[in-house]
Amino acid sequence: MHELAVTQSILKIALDNAETVQAKQIIGINLQIGQLASLVDDSIQFYWDIISEGTIALGAKLNITRVPTMMRCFDCGQKFSPDAESFECPSCKSIRVQVVQGEEMRVDSIDVE
Amino acid sequence: MTKRINVERNILSANDEVAENNKRKFDSAGVFAINIMASPGAGKTTFILKTMEALNNRLSMGVIEGDLASTIDTDKVKSAGVSAVQINTGGECHLDAVMVADVLPSLPLSKLDLVIIENVGNLVCPVNFRIGSHINVLIASIPEGDDKPYKYPGAYRGVNALIISKTDLLPYIPFDMDYFQKGVEILNPGLITFPVSAKTGAGMKFWADWLVGKVSSWKSGLLTSINIPQR
Repeated sequence: MHELAVTQSILKIALDNAETVQAKQIIGINLQIGQLASLVDDSIQFYWDIISEGTIALGAKLNITRVPTMMRCFDCGQKFSPDAESFECPSCKSIRVQVVQGEEMRVDSIDVE
Repeated sequence: MTKRINVERNILSANDEVAENNKRKFDSAGVFAINIMASPGAGKTTFILKTMEALNNRLSMGVIEGDLASTIDTDKVKSAGVSAVQINTGGECHLDAVMVADVLPSLPLSKLDLVIIENVGNLVCPVNFRIGSHINVLIASIPEGDDKPYKYPGAYRGVNALIISKTDLLPYIPFDMDYFQKGVEILNPGLITFPVSAKTGAGMKFWADWLVGKVSSWKSGLLTSINIPQR
């Protein structure tokens, strides 16, 4: 639901970085977005097409890498991807677990000309 | 020729910088700021009003109300005699740091000990946007159901205290407290939890006492580095 604010931030980061190398055009933007980050790819692309107009980022391809949720069990050390119904460790059934991956919202790199 | 430039920046880093600036403003005014998040209808505004009563003048309090539209909540809080300012997000589903920065000059910060910021009713987005608060508090109301930690894990992970509200409805609504608390414990181990009923007043004094203690130890510099969990 907050994809507009997020997309504006992506655009600003991309334009700032492109400017530091005096790029003429931004071709692609490489994003890492975790499954827990509550962002919808299609919405980002939708806003992107609107707000990048009139900038050197217009037409840039958004390459979104979805980072799967991973948890780790404190008790047995098992790493696992949780199912939606429960977060307990599949091997020892412990609930002493932590999220180790899946909350990313990061601009990794941009491709420019 | 195409070349790749490494960026490696958090997408919301610009917001985070403004949030840090807000926090510095609160710090220099000696104001402890709380970001209250919950679904629509969880009872945020009522809880804030009852918190004021339970504080019983032990802290001087101001309120920032966030809503898509209207000044209904601000009017309620103001009529209770509290300094309050409204943010209308005009459709945005969360408060961000810039919105809060814009209204800070409207509050008499130098006269306050505590600012409660009522975020937009939503369990999805607000937790991603830091606004400069010292702690984040989530209200989960009994009628929402016991499965919410499992459905909205982000909201439960990003907070420093949990209020379970409308406990007066427990006799009427199926709510498995063990199942609920198991989900909370997985997502946010050791999270301090306050079961309350704003209607009967049950639990409100315990919460208010905790808050007074938190603010006073923060003021005396014991809690300079409360960390809001990272996204």
